[in-house]
Amino acid sequence: MRALVVIMMALLLAGSALAKEAAPLARNETVEQRLVKLAEELRCLVCQNQSLAESHADLAEDLRREVRGLIEQGKTDAEIKDFLVSRYGDFVLYQPPVKPTTWLLWGGPFTLLIAGVAALIFYLRRRGGQVHETTLTDDEKKRAEALLKDNQ
Amino acid sequence: MNRFLLPLGLFVVLLGFLAVGLNRDPREVPSPLVGKPAPAFEVPQLAAPDKNFAPKEMLGRVWLLNVWASWCVSCRQEHPVLVAYAKSHGITVVGLDYKDQREDGMRWLGQFGNPYVLSAFDADGRVGIDYGVYGVPETYLIDKAGTIRYKQIGPITPDVMEKKLLPMIKELEK
Repeated sequence: MRALVVIMMALLLAGSALAKEAAPLARNETVEQRLVKLAEELRCLVCQNQSLAESHADLAEDLRREVRGLIEQGKTDAEIKDFLVSRYGDFVLYQPPVKPTTWLLWGGPFTLLIAGVAALIFYLRRRGGQVHETTLTDDEKKRAEALLKDNQ
Repeated sequence: MNRFLLPLGLFVVLLGFLAVGLNRDPREVPSPLVGKPAPAFEVPQLAAPDKNFAPKEMLGRVWLLNVWASWCVSCRQEHPVLVAYAKSHGITVVGLDYKDQREDGMRWLGQFGNPYVLSAFDADGRVGIDYGVYGVPETYLIDKAGTIRYKQIGPITPDVMEKKLLPMIKELEK
């Protein structure tokens, strides 16, 4: 019985020794809010379809820590984004800046839309020219009606 | 015949875009640091914790900064290549042991060989952030003036070494 108690105590202690210390939660509410807002606009480079806010990758954690530090230093959002872009490139931004290399990216969808509308208008006009209104004579009308009745 | 030509043409264009797009490795993000001075840092060395290393010590030499870690699986694939070429071609490689434990790093070098002039020890990954490291191994080719000339993302294969790094090193050493 005593041995059992000792073992259980030992197990309990072992558990607490293994448990990791919880990361300090929001030390400063406003800093944390800005961090989340910023991190949602930034891409995690390890798991590329997640934002920095969502990702649990080690690097994302490091970068969040880094961004938190920059916020605490009083850096503006633009300065913080520049900090990351100068290291990881425009790829970290979910909204890439408009510049010559991204014109196609930003303008492409609209160009396609305009081209599509233009093609549609062109096609409809041409088709309009091909379709002729035809009028039936009385005889033809009667024949048509007879045919339709037969079919029923 | 003519009415099939336009869709066929569009399809070929689409195929072209897909062929290029799908053959690219999305993990390879071009580094904005190429062509810029290597970011300065000063951290303890792996083997000698009381001694520091700073990139400015390497001014006047063409060298590789190789980011590695004992927990990094692809580094095992890359490491023999580094060991072989450091020996046979005498290239200068400085290691950056990234987010590692000192004992693990030392043991790793003991086990697989040490191609490095020395390894700097980046315990918290702070240097890694300045260099835009996001997937170990990564390697930077730095020229005599301390400018980053090339960044290799992922392991250096013999192919990369022969076709890319060695010619560039030769050119830069002139």
